[in-house]
Amino acid sequence: MLILDKKSVINLNVNDEEREVAVRPSDILLTTLREQLGLTGAKPGCLNGDCGACTVLLDGWPIKSCLMLTVEAIGKKITTVEGLKNAPIQKAFVEEFAYQCGYCTSGFIIVCHALKNIHPDATDIVIDDWLQSNICRCTSYEEIGKAVKAVLAGQYKSSPTPV
Amino acid sequence: MIPFDFEYYQPSTVAEAIDAFTMLDEKGKDPVYYGGGSELISMARLGNRNFGAVVDIKEIPECKVLGYANDNLHLGSALTLSEIIESKQFPLMEKSAGRIADHTMQCKITLGGNIAGTIIYREAVLPLLLTDSKITIASRRGVNDYWIRHLFHKRLNLQKGDFIVKVSIPQNLLQIPYFHIKKTTNEKIDYPLLTTAGLKTEGKLKIAFSGLKAYPFRDDDVEKVLNDEHLDFQERAQKIAIALSHDILNDLWGSAAYRKFVLVNTIENILQTMKDA
Repeated sequence: MLILDKKSVINLNVNDEEREVAVRPSDILLTTLREQLGLTGAKPGCLNGDCGACTVLLDGWPIKSCLMLTVEAIGKKITTVEGLKNAPIQKAFVEEFAYQCGYCTSGFIIVCHALKNIHPDATDIVIDDWLQSNICRCTSYEEIGKAVKAVLAGQYKSSPTPV
Repeated sequence: MIPFDFEYYQPSTVAEAIDAFTMLDEKGKDPVYYGGGSELISMARLGNRNFGAVVDIKEIPECKVLGYANDNLHLGSALTLSEIIESKQFPLMEKSAGRIADHTMQCKITLGGNIAGTIIYREAVLPLLLTDSKITIASRRGVNDYWIRHLFHKRLNLQKGDFIVKVSIPQNLLQIPYFHIKKTTNEKIDYPLLTTAGLKTEGKLKIAFSGLKAYPFRDDDVEKVLNDEHLDFQERAQKIAIALSHDILNDLWGSAAYRKFVLVNTIENILQTMKDA
């Protein structure tokens, strides 16, 4: 049985790298990613699981890192927006102007990336269902929807990572 | 940030979980069982809940079961709503789970957490009440099965130290005609103004509610009226509304009068839609 009864050093798999962090059992994953690992892509918005700005992938599935204990991620694979590296959805967001201030963007990109991987043939209903998890106060979501649909239609491919 | 410290235990068997909880309780640590954790973390952050230890049941294999045995579909309490939805084994539960919170939250909220949580709606329990499912509870007295309707009255009545292992739904009720209507006041993603869910089996409708009162419920007397062919649809809807009119919720999401109005209309629609199902 795993027991953590005080601040402890644990290993996390983040963006395919093993990272060591010192955490209290009550530390939230979002805080650990940002403050201990410098991965500030996931953002604190509502801190209540409503806005989606903190979304990361856990074993390929989107989760809101503001409502997850860091210690729950032991043995799991965490992917943040920094780990995507020229994913089609990132290019699509740029080309389709699917952002303004950018604060919600990393959360949307993570959700859209997961959607493409898990439901590559997603219908409009499924797209709508997934994207209802994220809030944008700047845009009217049209460009975001266009970017997602363009990726699902295969209009954007992964770009090679520059050396 | 959670403004207090607690200990974290992650057992890998039912016995370890019970032992850990018992030990922590005896030490005065005020332990809680932990599934998805979204409700606990939210409340802890706001200072509405305090605990000294969590016992995370997500690594217990029996709590993650998803499969068939003995003519029942078994769903572990630590399955996420998303896992249940993606399995596509129980359409009514897919619909119920799919309207709880939003999709990303469904990847974290667990079946057991929704049923046993403190938020009053507990919409994932509706399909279980309708199918007269069994619920498996682990306790210091052992692991035992109960009819969920015997254990769930307004909320799941568990003793301290007990936790849900799984639920078992009769296989023959998984694919029968059903309905699930969730009305919300403003947004699609919201607490229910009124959720009605039901099944049609052997020509009769069963119905359960969430959001109408401060607890989800199924009422045998309401079902008698719902299936009373001596009354037309409007008469049945009106009679049910009168029968349920005591302690209807009256809050920011809607007044009791508005909920009653929505209830009558929803029942009439259900009767019309399901008459040929």
